[in-house]
Amino acid sequence: MNILDYSALELSKEIKAGRISVAEATKTVLNRIADTDKEINAYITVAGERAFKTAEALQKKLEESRGKGHELSPLFGVPFAIKDNICVKDMKTTCASKILENFIPTYDATVIEKLEKAGAVIVGKTNMDEFAMGSTSETSAFGITKNPADKDCVPGGSSGGSAAAIAANMAFGALGSDTGGSIRQPASYCGVVGLKPTYGRVSRYGLIAYGSSLDQIGPIGKNVEDIAGILDCIAGADSKDATSYDMAEDSFLNSCVSDVQGLKIGIPKGYFAEGIDSKVKESILAAAKVLEEKGAIIEEFDLGFEEYAIPAYYTIASAEASSNLERFDGIKYGYRTKEFNGLHNMYKKTRSEGFGPEVKRRIMLGSFVLSSGYYDAYYLKALKVRALIKEAFDRAFEKYDVILGPVAPTTAPKIGTSLTDPLKMYLGDIYTISANLCGIPAISLPCGRDESGMPIGLQLMGKMFDEKTLIRTAYTFEKARV
Amino acid sequence: MNKITDETIEYVGILAKLELTDEEKEKAKNDMEQMLDYIDKLGEPDTDNVTALSHVLPVKNVFREDEVTNSDDSANILKNAPDEQDNMFVVPQTF
Repeated sequence: MNILDYSALELSKEIKAGRISVAEATKTVLNRIADTDKEINAYITVAGERAFKTAEALQKKLEESRGKGHELSPLFGVPFAIKDNICVKDMKTTCASKILENFIPTYDATVIEKLEKAGAVIVGKTNMDEFAMGSTSETSAFGITKNPADKDCVPGGSSGGSAAAIAANMAFGALGSDTGGSIRQPASYCGVVGLKPTYGRVSRYGLIAYGSSLDQIGPIGKNVEDIAGILDCIAGADSKDATSYDMAEDSFLNSCVSDVQGLKIGIPKGYFAEGIDSKVKESILAAAKVLEEKGAIIEEFDLGFEEYAIPAYYTIASAEASSNLERFDGIKYGYRTKEFNGLHNMYKKTRSEGFGPEVKRRIMLGSFVLSSGYYDAYYLKALKVRALIKEAFDRAFEKYDVILGPVAPTTAPKIGTSLTDPLKMYLGDIYTISANLCGIPAISLPCGRDESGMPIGLQLMGKMFDEKTLIRTAYTFEKARV
Repeated sequence: MNKITDETIEYVGILAKLELTDEEKEKAKNDMEQMLDYIDKLGEPDTDNVTALSHVLPVKNVFREDEVTNSDDSANILKNAPDEQDNMFVVPQTF
């Protein structure tokens, strides 16, 4: 078997059994990147030398642990790709923006500490939409990432590089971040698995903030078991993130069982009303059928408030972004304009030259909806509508264990067709943003392909902190399909 | 239909600390008008008795002992600064 065909957990088992060395696994991935990434451009930074050093140290640790009965992590020795908005100490972290093109963090994000402690090998940082603002990875300052399934198509976004890296076997596991669908939608477009955990499940310390009440770090991987294994590693409360929660429980890997007998699954009727591609619709309903055959009880229902999710989301996300991105002022780190006249002119020129058009667009909108005279009409109103959307989901979860639907209305669009009409691009986020507004967990996994062979993603949403049921449902579906 | 005036764009530019070219200003006006026309949809549901939801989980103060756990990393931190001198950030003259 080719090393690249292993899942992350299988690879780790082979390494622990001594059949593959950590260096061999690392080298295989780095060679694959050298061969493939010129075309795909999934990585902004590849840190080969550092990866080999880590691999060497891990191999030593493995040899020393032999016969001592130490339990090594299910991720031990696994090469990982990290979205470039998550800080890795001494590794360039750009957020795919000119304003951070030379930024080198002096500390690790908590998720990085956890992954490395478990024995993961970080091979590099992946491309994304600038500051995670976008749905195609085309707003990156470092070039467009291509979809491995069809290089004329986008990989989705904003975690497009991480999803493309997994799809093209340029990493065995990856981290992304999800503010409005940025893990799930690229996973769907690239035909891999992605999970947005419950808000608070995973520490955000070291994640460069976009919309702080919506952002969440999560795993992207080849299959559901890999996702569960990565979540086991990165979940948990963190003293450095006051919004993280400790929900001590069993390993998520233990939820990888084929059993949906009696599970109640609801499908919102409104999700299929208009704008959805017929092949996507067909594929999602066929997936529901598979789960029904496995014993789940499937019902269509009226969720309510679906059409208000996008306007509420873009108001709130832009407002939070305009506030979070104030820190990029050309003083402490990042780009500073060359010529300026006084402090305020320096701020303005630095930011105008450093940020790309989509980031500026959202900062402008956010500043507007927070400005006096408009705050109540837009920002406060959006927070109230957010409460109504959450209530609608709370009501649904009184009846159902899982809500099933599409990830996106279409498969991956062609490169160059999305950015010309921002509003149209935003409308594509219709199915993913509610999970962020409500804080609930949601997983995206492959469920079919369209006429041109492009992957279609199935989305399952669960109750707060009920990733277990999501993982069990997703695992059951994945196994039933094979 | 929303109408964004030149003054509004100017004002938002000050708030956002962005200096837009004339071309960018025109585009920003159009983009913002289009977005606001769309966002106005939020006016439809009755929210008179709804409490605004700014955070999905109860947020409370998280207390800890005030103990220093990190060491002085100023040399590394300053490596990221666009300009530094004598272990300090250099900023444009502010008076």
